[in-house]
Amino acid sequence: MNHTSDRFIDNSRAALANPVLQAALANLKRGFPINRAEVVADLPEFEELRNVARDIKDHTLDHLDVYLEIYERNVRASGGKVHWARNAKEARDTIMRICRDAGARTVTKGKSMVVEEIGLNEALDASEIRRVETDLGEYIIQLRDEPPSHIIVPAVHVTKEEIGDAFREAHEGLDPTRALSEPADITAEARTRLREAYFSAEVGITGANFLVAESGSSIIVTNEGNGDLTQTLARTHVVVASLEKIVPTMEDAFAILRLLARSSTGQEFSVYTSVSNGPKRSDDLDGPKAYHVVLVDNGRSSMLGTNQQDMLRCIQCAACINHCPVYSAVGGHAYGWIYPGPMGAVLTPSLTNIAASAHLPNASTFCGQCEQVCPMKIPLIKMMRHHRNSAHQQGHGGKVSKFALFFWSYFAGRPALYRTLTGIGVGVLAALAIGRGRLKSLPLVGGWTANRDLPAPEGGTFLTRYRRGER
Amino acid sequence: MSETRDVILSTIRQSLRRGPIYGEARAALEERIRSHPRHLIPSRAGQPPAALIDLFIAKARAASTSVVEVSDRGEIPQAVMDYLANENLPARLVQAPGLHDLDWAAAPTVEVRMGAAEKADEASLSKGLAGVAETGTLLLVSGPENPTTLNFVPPTHLVVLFRNDVVPAYEDAWDLLRVNGTNPRSANFITGPSRTGDIEQKIQIGVHGPLRLHLILVGR
Repeated sequence: MNHTSDRFIDNSRAALANPVLQAALANLKRGFPINRAEVVADLPEFEELRNVARDIKDHTLDHLDVYLEIYERNVRASGGKVHWARNAKEARDTIMRICRDAGARTVTKGKSMVVEEIGLNEALDASEIRRVETDLGEYIIQLRDEPPSHIIVPAVHVTKEEIGDAFREAHEGLDPTRALSEPADITAEARTRLREAYFSAEVGITGANFLVAESGSSIIVTNEGNGDLTQTLARTHVVVASLEKIVPTMEDAFAILRLLARSSTGQEFSVYTSVSNGPKRSDDLDGPKAYHVVLVDNGRSSMLGTNQQDMLRCIQCAACINHCPVYSAVGGHAYGWIYPGPMGAVLTPSLTNIAASAHLPNASTFCGQCEQVCPMKIPLIKMMRHHRNSAHQQGHGGKVSKFALFFWSYFAGRPALYRTLTGIGVGVLAALAIGRGRLKSLPLVGGWTANRDLPAPEGGTFLTRYRRGER
Repeated sequence: MSETRDVILSTIRQSLRRGPIYGEARAALEERIRSHPRHLIPSRAGQPPAALIDLFIAKARAASTSVVEVSDRGEIPQAVMDYLANENLPARLVQAPGLHDLDWAAAPTVEVRMGAAEKADEASLSKGLAGVAETGTLLLVSGPENPTTLNFVPPTHLVVLFRNDVVPAYEDAWDLLRVNGTNPRSANFITGPSRTGDIEQKIQIGVHGPLRLHLILVGR
């Protein structure tokens, strides 16, 4: 998809002025974080499990090559094929070739962020193959021709009225006056429409929440059951997964699964956790005849061993997004690529380039909520700070911040001058605010004083008070 | 293709600043997989058997699974017939071949077909390998005895589970497969009927998978 992270500030302005989006984002704030808090409180071991999960992933990443080799061996042993792709283009080409070899006219798809990342949708849509998204949220945004705005609820920005309109336009041959005002009506219509696709698709494409080295299994976690119908009913099942999805054993997967749904939707466990292993066996009555796995690197192997390695622990639960004050103000599209919120602010510059996404690590108040709720204990704040540093060093910071930093460092490097000037500043501000203790407006900080007063300084600068012995 | 694979693996090693892992270090990793050690299991899974069954049922119901208890397998057909009648559903279903010895004479009105599910099937009956107490989760495993489509295609899914097969944690359920030495194509952990929150965050039950999940728990 198009990368518009460089327009984050304009995108955000538009988002803040969009009342429909603001109402949708308010829904999100009232939903997942509250559910999460309830189920986390109900599991006393939750905090300790975060440490366990972090350690499992760290161990796996430190030995990623070995576990990938073992995984590949076991996929082959169960009759599946493993394909490796260094970048988005190799991944797309491989998947398109599998689809053509399978004689695909219709491809059903489960929800997968890495599939969005590699731009497969555009490749399928440019071909003769019909693409059908089966996750309800993905289906809605496919009809509206939009990218997802959240990694687990991709259509979170769309109202039910808009969905009703999209269904009326897309679903021909139905009574145009039918009721579509309630979520139940919409869900029922989607169920009927998509059933036909599941049974006619030659190829079903899913992502994977985990790949298990010990057995060569792929695991998907869903609530709708769409991923299961996709991978069970098509003749060919294609799993697309990035390298870091691997865990050594099922025990490792279970430990992390105890955190995933709780952190994500605030369920104790998602409805379907499905473990797949190769194609249909000779005596099976159903299941796909062919099973392919496309392992996508796309920049991840280069994140290992750097200050961005910790991000590869991410299980894409979206807890950081759901708790982020910036995301909940501007929504996902503002971030300009598929990964929004704090995880996107860290991952997007790593996977694309810092020049095009320098705004994203600045799109944080550093309040730290994201780190508090991250089940994998990813130090998101520290990693955003790393990106800020490299953006600055490579000259991608904004002009204002560059000037401000230059200005500040000039005085900070001359302590006597610095102390004199700050002393004057404190005195002037205190005099301006005399009798009130706060300032209603001030030049250059209109952004702050538009909505709140600025408290006036009291009792001199830090250093003068320190010298007086106040400590 | 193998060239691509080697490039990726060698990039990984370069990034990690080491070469391939051989010898004892490699053996230790293989051993971690062979012994698949368990991690922390929540204490709620450590209760005595009677309390575990109660937890399993409570958690299953909390996830919108309906649960009925019967004392032996002879009562299963009657329980199925009653459920379908109560829900105003047609007395027809497709049954897992693994349950072929059920005696439907006790429920003569129910029309039973055996096999995998087809598009038009309205209800299915399959057998659970295990019930996981910690979250009220069912484990169903594919094979000629228990086709996977039964779990997902029909709008009503009924599952037979024996009380003895209720286990504390996911790891215990998985061990049942390991003991059997089987490596099934598909293993499905199922916790309630299909649901979505994709429309304005309002939970809807029954989107692509079953609208109803009914558990028949067998045994005393």
